[in-house]
Amino acid sequence: MRHIINLEVENHSGVLARIAGLFSARGFNIESLTVANTESEDESRMTLVVRGDDAIIEQVTKQLNKLIDIIRVVDITANYYVGRELVLVRVNCPPVKRGDVYQVVEIFGAKVVDISHKTMTMEIVGPEEKIDAFLETMRPFGIKEVARTGPIAMLRESKKKL
Amino acid sequence: MTGAEMILHALKKEKVRAFFGYPGGAVIDIFDKLYDESIPFFLTRHEQGAVHAADGFARASGEVGVCMATSGPGATNLVTGLATAYMDSIPIVAITGQVHTHLIGNDAFQEADVVGITRPVTKHNYLVKNVDELPRILKSAFYLARSGRPGPVVVDVPKDVQQAETNVPYPEEIEIRSYKPTILGHVQQIKKAAKMIAQADRPVIYAGGGVVASEAADELKKLAEIAEIPVTTTLMGLGIFPETDAKSLKMLGMHGTAYANFAVQECDLLIAVGARFDDRVTGKVDKFASKARVIHIDIDPTTIRKNVQVDLPVVGDVKHVLKELLKHVKPKKHPQWMRQIHDWKEQHPLRYDDNGRIQPQYVVEQIAEVSHRNAIISTEVGQNQMWAAQFYDYIKPRTFLSSGGLGTMGYGFPAAIGAQVANPDKLVVDIAGDGSIQMNIQELATAVLYQIPVKIVILNNQSLGMVRQWQGIFYDRRFSGTCLRRDASCPPQCDGSGDYCPKYIPDFVKLAEAYGAVGLYADKPEQVIPTLEKAFNTPGPVIVEFKISEEENVYPMVPAGAPIDQMIRGMA
Repeated sequence: MRHIINLEVENHSGVLARIAGLFSARGFNIESLTVANTESEDESRMTLVVRGDDAIIEQVTKQLNKLIDIIRVVDITANYYVGRELVLVRVNCPPVKRGDVYQVVEIFGAKVVDISHKTMTMEIVGPEEKIDAFLETMRPFGIKEVARTGPIAMLRESKKKL
Repeated sequence: MTGAEMILHALKKEKVRAFFGYPGGAVIDIFDKLYDESIPFFLTRHEQGAVHAADGFARASGEVGVCMATSGPGATNLVTGLATAYMDSIPIVAITGQVHTHLIGNDAFQEADVVGITRPVTKHNYLVKNVDELPRILKSAFYLARSGRPGPVVVDVPKDVQQAETNVPYPEEIEIRSYKPTILGHVQQIKKAAKMIAQADRPVIYAGGGVVASEAADELKKLAEIAEIPVTTTLMGLGIFPETDAKSLKMLGMHGTAYANFAVQECDLLIAVGARFDDRVTGKVDKFASKARVIHIDIDPTTIRKNVQVDLPVVGDVKHVLKELLKHVKPKKHPQWMRQIHDWKEQHPLRYDDNGRIQPQYVVEQIAEVSHRNAIISTEVGQNQMWAAQFYDYIKPRTFLSSGGLGTMGYGFPAAIGAQVANPDKLVVDIAGDGSIQMNIQELATAVLYQIPVKIVILNNQSLGMVRQWQGIFYDRRFSGTCLRRDASCPPQCDGSGDYCPKYIPDFVKLAEAYGAVGLYADKPEQVIPTLEKAFNTPGPVIVEFKISEEENVYPMVPAGAPIDQMIRGMA
């Protein structure tokens, strides 16, 4: 199963290397990883997406907790959460197709951020299902390039278990 | 105070009784300050010797072992020792010099990315970029090394940080917000454990190095006595339960006793205490203790359900958990189970052939006899290590020092030096093979010059015995690369040895003498006791060489990946 794990970590150099090292040494796979500062100067936030059965995820979270620089590990997958990902996607788009592409952009609430004679580049923000659907719809036009941030996520205030 | 002074100040504040190391360009400033200090320092002949000595000091005393090395090659030479300590959860603080901060990343002379290299083999590590951080980091290093599940911590200090001045005092206390080991076990879980113990008819305690680390041998013994539970230990746990006690099953696993392995396979309750279900213990893991419910007590949550599923995990410091558990456990007897265990012991004792030559098992037994089981034993790795584990009845914790997890050849001798420094009045014996001892033989200089009177007993089978044993059993006697006599005149293939074999080198007696130590040699069984007596009564370091047969194997033996009750029993 696919798990989204939030980490609050000390904002030291080398923390990312510790996490990457842990994953490679123990043979865990990271599907995506985002890192950025938080409100507090001495903390960073990471969101990891990891695939594995329950035993693997249990080891992943325990091993992450064991790293000295990690303050908190939360596997949010079993709770209600808000997950968002930002994607930039460039498709083949000669001027005659612009209307077609634009229609899809409108429907998905995406945004055109760059345009040329041959291509159009969009940004879209949303939960992953929406992004996947958007990319699927764009595929017939010919996707030239995709850049995904990987999801970031937060628990909803009403932390009700699914 | 300069950074260099702060480092020595920290050693004093942490009551470090001795440390081991080797100087170099990037630690000159620390050594310069050491010139005016009285902290006992031991100059080894190799950084690996220093870190193993710190490790031996830590294992024998329960204190944090400290070592120091310079940047680059000095630090990389520590890596094997750090990995050794990490695998066995031994508290060490290693201080390494680093090139100037402005040179870091420039491939400067004797520069290595030490925090990068040591990250996977340490509990934690630090690169100190600002001298004002040094006091807090040093304090954290000692705290991390000794608390929770102990382990080695590296503090990498650039030369300019050692030279810079700081006004920040050394902290008395430290709090690390992201590090809070669970000490007290969950009381409800502990009560459940007591209930499971009350329900069990055939319980076994399987105890490991965690009992040593948390100093819980007394509590363990009480538990075994109150509920009449037989105890088997891992290699790391030897000594936590007196092996002379009727409830002792001695060691389990690949080279454990047959009766320990039978008991584990037949038990209906396995109580794992401070142990981690290592593959050398479990053999085929889904066949391990398959009739038993399993209680697992450990301070490190990651050890729980890492290798085996358990019925009842209790995360906490072993000593605290056992103390709480003892409040709930009621006296119980298991006469039938104890009789079964007694029978297994009678039917399948540890034994060896008497073939007129010196038998290594006999040597180990006589080391126990001559020392009245009052020695600290360290071992190298391989057959010597397993015979030392099997044939000496350990009765106290911290008297058997061995590289269990990593299996580091060359560990035993420098570790013995460290143990002797920690216990100047004790007899310290390194049980060695002729292969392993040559991996850190240079430390003879350290032992002789500082008058560290360790006794090295070399069981010389002229080969790398454990690998040779596997080749003999599983590889059709194709003794590739394991004969230590092989020279250019030997045929390409050889399945044994004879009178035509080249002469063995080195001559260990002459080698001892070359270093100013005493060397003794024996090749007849009747010489074993007098030679050991002479060695143990000779002041200063002594090398004793016993010539043994290369055909002698370690039994019982569970083939790798087999269930632990399927043992090769050798001469049985």
